[in-house]
Amino acid sequence: MRYLPLTEADRRSMLEAIGVPSVDELFRDVPEAARLSGPIEGLSNHMGELEVDRALSAMAGKNLPAGSVPSFLGAGAYRHHIPATVDHLVQRGEFLTAYTPYQPEVSQGTLQVLFEFQTQVSLLTGMDVANASMYDGATACAEAVMMANRVTRRKKAVLSGGLHPHYRDTTTTDARFIGFETVVMPPAPTGGEDLLAAVDGDTSCVVVQNPDVFGHVRDYTELGKACQAKGALLIVVVTEAVSLGLLTPPGEMGADIVAAEGQSLGNALNFGGPYVGLFAVKEKLVRQMPGRLCGQTVDADGRRGFVLTLSTREQHIRREKATSNICTNSGLCALAFSIHLSLLGEEGFTRLAEINHAKAVQLADKLAAVTGVEIVNGSFFNEFTVKLPKPAAEVVEALAQRGILGGVPASRLFGGGLDDLLIVAATETNTESDMDAFATALAEVL
Amino acid sequence: MSMNNQGRPTHISGGIQNSDSAVPQTVTGNRGLQIEEPLIFEQDSAGRCGVDLPEVPAVDSRLGAVKPRGRIGLPGLAEPQVVRHYTRLSQKNYAIDSGLYPLGSCTMKHNPRLNEKMARLPGFADVHPLQPESTVQGALELMAELGRWLATLTGMAAVTLAPAAGAHGEMCGIMAIRSAHDAKGDHSGNGGGRTKILVPESAHGTNPATAAACGYAVEAIPATEDGRVDLEALKAKLGPDVAGLMLTNPNTCGLFERDIITIAEAVHAAGAYFYCDGANFNAIVGRVRPADLGIDVMHINLHKTFSTPHGGGGPGSGPVVFAESLAPYVPVPYVVQDKGGAFRLVEQAGDGPAFGRMKAFHGQMGMFVRALAYMMSHGADGLRQVANDAVLNANYLLARLQDVMTPSFDGPCMHECLFDDRFLKGTGVTTLDIAKALIDEGFHPMTMYFPLVVHGALLIEPTETESKASLDQFVTALRALAERAKSGDVAYFQGAPRLTPRRRLDETAAARKPVLRWTPAVEPEKVAAE
Repeated sequence: MRYLPLTEADRRSMLEAIGVPSVDELFRDVPEAARLSGPIEGLSNHMGELEVDRALSAMAGKNLPAGSVPSFLGAGAYRHHIPATVDHLVQRGEFLTAYTPYQPEVSQGTLQVLFEFQTQVSLLTGMDVANASMYDGATACAEAVMMANRVTRRKKAVLSGGLHPHYRDTTTTDARFIGFETVVMPPAPTGGEDLLAAVDGDTSCVVVQNPDVFGHVRDYTELGKACQAKGALLIVVVTEAVSLGLLTPPGEMGADIVAAEGQSLGNALNFGGPYVGLFAVKEKLVRQMPGRLCGQTVDADGRRGFVLTLSTREQHIRREKATSNICTNSGLCALAFSIHLSLLGEEGFTRLAEINHAKAVQLADKLAAVTGVEIVNGSFFNEFTVKLPKPAAEVVEALAQRGILGGVPASRLFGGGLDDLLIVAATETNTESDMDAFATALAEVL
Repeated sequence: MSMNNQGRPTHISGGIQNSDSAVPQTVTGNRGLQIEEPLIFEQDSAGRCGVDLPEVPAVDSRLGAVKPRGRIGLPGLAEPQVVRHYTRLSQKNYAIDSGLYPLGSCTMKHNPRLNEKMARLPGFADVHPLQPESTVQGALELMAELGRWLATLTGMAAVTLAPAAGAHGEMCGIMAIRSAHDAKGDHSGNGGGRTKILVPESAHGTNPATAAACGYAVEAIPATEDGRVDLEALKAKLGPDVAGLMLTNPNTCGLFERDIITIAEAVHAAGAYFYCDGANFNAIVGRVRPADLGIDVMHINLHKTFSTPHGGGGPGSGPVVFAESLAPYVPVPYVVQDKGGAFRLVEQAGDGPAFGRMKAFHGQMGMFVRALAYMMSHGADGLRQVANDAVLNANYLLARLQDVMTPSFDGPCMHECLFDDRFLKGTGVTTLDIAKALIDEGFHPMTMYFPLVVHGALLIEPTETESKASLDQFVTALRALAERAKSGDVAYFQGAPRLTPRRRLDETAAARKPVLRWTPAVEPEKVAAE
């Protein structure tokens, strides 16, 4: 077993140093009845590297990689080109195999990355400060609501019908167990919704998404002002971080908290995880934030350095009084995000956003030309919704048979209903011939 | 006092003090390979870009009425500069690839690169979570297979892979407990009849934080003199107001809870459920099945027991296993296999007792691949050996250090050994000082000041992937430091570390006046406008 360095001779001499006859003796505190005498049945014995590679490659081979075919899936996870440099740097052992930076003197690499990441997220979202990342966008959204409840001392959240259903469900699961109320607006794929009508004196926050799950781009400036007047916080969710290269940032629209998914930068699709939740707030809310924060300070020689800070909010100090039970972040995914954004820079990030939008416009025009297809959106960034004359789930299955991943049926997200709606995304990875193939195949299956 | 020799922009004013490290000053502030690296924002040159992007296709904008954003403020760098920036930063990190990382209760073991290779196969890394099920049968099979391994190793009836980290798994387990009480009409949490969760005072901080987050009052159970749960105190607190017990086993003192079966019986007799924090499962994997101990629900940190890399703080992955008693309450999504052999994802909670979603999509797939690769590499026989070697290594350290340091409890220990600061009494040297001096010796320190049940704790976890030679080196260094401390060389310890990219950092200043992001010294637009 190549991962275990002890030899039999080592083990014997170590047992001797300890003064016990066998390793079993070291397990003597385990109740006799629960001790297993040999390896657990039903599992294979150890395999060499080649065998494991073969077995897992065979499993991987049963999947259809999105990059191997024309693919137009989005709805909270987006396929973007990741420069080779990103994954190469992320795999440096000093980043990959480090732990939480509890000893700052030997963790300045991770800490400086987190400080830079926090700055990047603040800049993209137009907010004052960001934390060092969360599990994913959906959990960030749920934590944002819990934070709004703490800050306002009110316990009712109003969730837009344009919020990604997974974000909605994650938040309502927490609401059910943690004990707050949620008002969930019905999905409005074609029109607006009157969120303010649902806001009253008990409302802690209104949660909206931009672009929303159907792809509509919205301006929440007026809503932000109205929320403020009623003492509720505005939480803006962003599932496609690349949109922040082109759209008014949530901070400028009056968001108090931004909860976003950062997967689009530096992180592969990975069948849904691990991803990287972004969380940014107005300065006055910093001490109510969940998660980890990195701060700048000086060392004993007066040189600039970085540490984890404001940990008195956290569970390892505050225990049951902590702002959340979270004791980790998505460090490595945040690193990938940060490297990708550093490579892009101001010019690259803006242009990437512009390309994404232009690709989606091209795709929308091509799909609109297919008989029976109707584009639902008046506005969109790189994702939009089409109305089909047949159930979208059937259409998607038929497209898959033709080697095209043609979007996400709304029914997959909403669990039934909205059967004729298909959510379609385009990114810089889609070529014109991909789009033509999609339009042609769609015409065939309708 | 020497002149400021950093040679790099910084927002910290004041010159550099001459350190007592006897290392000569350099013009640049660099010391050989230890290079002063400015922030990425301080390397900005407008117009530079590290990627080649095509021209933007000419189309009519469909962005609607929102106003396009102005300048963001991101720095521009070319690819080689970015490569150098992150490479230099990486060199300021200690990592398991660099050396022994004996952080007790955190479990830093070898991260095999085969696992990385497997996780990057396009069939796993480049599949979208919402692709048609027919195109992701292998990914679903992998999830089912990982679930089977976890259920078999723990003897449990059901598993969810959804939770994104150990603490998230705790939340899932406590939610299942609440659901089960509610289903029985025995209402729980937030004003229900069962309002309390019992948590030993030695538990990870996440345990009480989780219980509180799920609407429970937290009641602490004291520890006995031999470092275990006080059974009598526990029994006295059990009653119709208790929803469950959260216990870590092996516990955070590195000890196996000898009375665990009795504890489980008492908890069940009171109508409560038994949650086990599985953070230390690596000590018993393949040797003990938690279900056989009477545990109802337990999370498993894949990075701790099954070697997925923790990347400077995450991502984690915290699957939860459920005994028959709680199996109906597994949240969505989960994988099922049809009679025909096809795998299917159940994504909606429906009308059953299963509760809803805890994160977007289906869990940390990238971590699942790595964990399964590790499990298959070791197999049932090897995982048993993993526990044996983890426990052997910890007991070896305990045996080799017990005459110079003070073990908190009698052995044997499990996969980690606990010392306290009695051996430092009267020396003026603290646990923190020992940790910082260890850094200069080339080791990452052990966990300090945790668990809270002993004073000045030093919790050492070597793991199974350390050789005897590396343990011996560590022992030699630690013995020498213990003796040096006892000899009264306080100044040496208080000045440590001396050989690191940064010396001791002022954490108080960081918290008092938080600087959480870079801001430009002068806004370029403002200059232009003036």
